[in-house]
Amino acid sequence: MSKYLVNKFLYTVDRDPDLVERYREDPRGTVEWWEDQEAGRILNCHNGEASTWLRFEDAERAALAGHDYPALFELGAHPFLTLTLFIAMFERDYDEPLGFQKEYARRLSHFSLPYPDYAT
Amino acid sequence: MAQVVAIIASTHHPFYYRASTATGEDRPAFADEWVRKITAFRETLTRARPDVLVMVGSDHFHQLWLDNMPQFLVGKAPFYDANFYNEEREFGLPRMLLKGHEDLSSYVLREGIDAGFDLAFSNEMRIDHSITCPIITLRPQNDLPIVPIYTNIFAPPLPRPKRFVELGRTIRQLIESWPADQRVAVIGTGHLSLELGGPRQFGPHGPDPEFDQRAVEWISSGDIEGCLSEVTLDSLHSPGNATHGFMDFMLMMGVAGEGHKADYVDTYDLFHTMEAYFTWYPDGGAR
Repeated sequence: MSKYLVNKFLYTVDRDPDLVERYREDPRGTVEWWEDQEAGRILNCHNGEASTWLRFEDAERAALAGHDYPALFELGAHPFLTLTLFIAMFERDYDEPLGFQKEYARRLSHFSLPYPDYAT
Repeated sequence: MAQVVAIIASTHHPFYYRASTATGEDRPAFADEWVRKITAFRETLTRARPDVLVMVGSDHFHQLWLDNMPQFLVGKAPFYDANFYNEEREFGLPRMLLKGHEDLSSYVLREGIDAGFDLAFSNEMRIDHSITCPIITLRPQNDLPIVPIYTNIFAPPLPRPKRFVELGRTIRQLIESWPADQRVAVIGTGHLSLELGGPRQFGPHGPDPEFDQRAVEWISSGDIEGCLSEVTLDSLHSPGNATHGFMDFMLMMGVAGEGHKADYVDTYDLFHTMEAYFTWYPDGGAR
């Protein structure tokens, strides 16, 4: 499991308006580019000190590339990070207020306590 | 010596700003009642005539991150920029600039570390909605210097509930030993039951109204021991996956003290969460 890296993807994309749009339009390409170029970048550190060992596992890469937020929940991604980024990408597609948020809950309705552990 | 003139605990609903400023068809049906409640709540701080605000909140993965996560962090800066791009995007929150109170920050850090808390500090923080929401609701003129104190309620491993209560007691002691002729209000925000990013999110009420009822009773009656006897890190998953923010309410109970009933209590049952507002006047009433 590399929950930390999944969270890092969600966190860094959510902070960047251009990346939010890029991930919405081209999820697979964005995930591939990010894992190749950005995964090792240590935040608050210059590029010369990048990490060398961070990689997604196959299921994580597939969940991110598929915008599959139920799978991300099951894999232990931090729920707040996933929700915030996916609201940014897909809330606009719903006419009703909170339409996306309710659909999100519905798609996770097969989960019951205890939820997957999101500790990293 | 400084005087604690008000202790205030509330929820920090980021939609309040947008709801309260909306007009026409955009204004939700619940906005007018919400504004009425907030206006009454605001008066409880105004009455206390504070000089400085100590503000307890929690970063929501805006500035603080898993590469270097503090459990408790005190801001020590002359100014704090506030609200982030994704809060502007999602909640319509405005960009803000808050003034810091570096002397009190220094005192809390030095004395707090000596009192047994390994407090992190930051000389450049950007504040998020856990602290800007109570400014918007309680002090919209934003004219008082602040000392921000962030807690980790978000990134396991978290401190246990008792540690939050202990920090609250210590904050109270630190302020009252601060050798300055200043009137200090302590404001902290947290959650009752709340679910975000899970199957119980955004229902017509909070995910666990029964927990909310008991929580309001614990807080309003100052029943710290009763609360601690039932609330654990594990139990807080049951009322909703974001309910660990309740520990910031427990911190504020520690500031107020065991058995001290709140002088002002109000709630508002909104979609997906219950709003809750509490004020204590340590000397029995603002003067």
